[in-house]
Amino acid sequence: MSKEHEKGMSLIVKTITRLTVGLILLYGIYIVFHGHVSPGGGFAGGVIIALSFIHLMLAYGREVAFRKLSKATASVFENLGAILFLIIALLGFAGGYFFLNFISKGEPFRLFSAGIIPLCNIAISLKVGAGLFAIFVALVLLRLDGESKK
Amino acid sequence: MIIYLLCLVLFCCGIYCILRKRNIIKIIVGIIISEYAVNLFFILTAYRVGGRAPIFSSEAEILNMVDPLPHALVLTSIVIGLATTALLVAIAMRIYEKYGTFDITKIRELKG
Amino acid sequence: MIELYILLIFMIIGAIIAIEVKDLLSSVIAVGAVGLGLSIVFLILKAPDVAITQLVVEILCLIILIRATLKKDIPFSTSGRWFLNTLITLGFIIIFLTVAIKSLSDLPEFGYPMMRVAKTYLREGLAKTGASNIVASVILDFRAYDTLGEATILFTAVIGVLTIVRRIGRKKENQQIEEEDE
Repeated sequence: MSKEHEKGMSLIVKTITRLTVGLILLYGIYIVFHGHVSPGGGFAGGVIIALSFIHLMLAYGREVAFRKLSKATASVFENLGAILFLIIALLGFAGGYFFLNFISKGEPFRLFSAGIIPLCNIAISLKVGAGLFAIFVALVLLRLDGESKK
Repeated sequence: MIIYLLCLVLFCCGIYCILRKRNIIKIIVGIIISEYAVNLFFILTAYRVGGRAPIFSSEAEILNMVDPLPHALVLTSIVIGLATTALLVAIAMRIYEKYGTFDITKIRELKG
Repeated sequence: MIELYILLIFMIIGAIIAIEVKDLLSSVIAVGAVGLGLSIVFLILKAPDVAITQLVVEILCLIILIRATLKKDIPFSTSGRWFLNTLITLGFIIIFLTVAIKSLSDLPEFGYPMMRVAKTYLREGLAKTGASNIVASVILDFRAYDTLGEATILFTAVIGVLTIVRRIGRKKENQQIEEEDE
């Protein structure tokens, strides 16, 4: 057994985490992409995506989670989400005003419909997911520093 | 009307906790509870008797929908509440690290 | 509608337990019970979007609060001016309740909302935006400025947490505190 296996929780928790964490991430992405035809949307999907990484961090310790998504990458994703949302809003000026739905609406009840709403959902999910993951990482690191002092 | 009253009672529980307790974590708990009560009040005003969820379906035409506007407002409010709660928890943990206590009356006495 | 009353009374009992219990971890878990009950209430009131969001946000909130309170059982102190505090608090709550109950009579009856703005959204939402979920079309098309403001608040909160938590430039102070503690 390598050194990584000694950190984190017990073997049972780690095995279950390995089996379920991918499904949780996939479910979050599904919620985001189907936000305009079914319940869900960018907020709920973003929080589920953040929860999948937090699940990984709680079970395996922070090194394994940071290898998948480091703190710098999380802040880059958060800024990317904010800028993407603003760019989508500003592109509306091409047709007239802020937040104009400039892409064609498409056929209702399909996945590729509703113009800019799915794109906005993706931007918001990136922002919410990365932002909440950054908050959680910051709180966890503060706690670990406090413990190491004692 | 009674349901609005129960919602107000929940809000008063949160207000009592914020004003009366001295522990910082208890104050955060009170803020969370009153935030829940306000969100619940918005959704209660949106309900319609025999209404359906505000999602169109391709098979059947749904006429009797609930009010979607408070749903949208509450959806943003919940996520903002989580972010502010995290900010409060960060401040509380920093205070604990500096003073070694969560009690707000003790903090005033120890000047760092 | 009887299940709504039962769930609300359950939430009030959970809130009272969360307020009055001495152990901080039990208090946080009682708040989790209140939040999950709230999620079921949203589902009964036909708001599935809000119910999903409340469920996942509640879980994350619970994890953050448990991280903050783990192994920190502080003795509960009720010394000092507890009588005056209770009196002022109860007076404030009584004033609030009288004003709120007086204003309740102006609200529309429960179950019959006014829906002056929402009528337009429900009639023209599908044709104007093409999204079959009306809530998504309201938050991202009709009222997208709300979402922009929400994104700004979230960004500010993340920056605030990272600023409070950071270690750079604080080393000297922390060492002094350690010495004082010992």
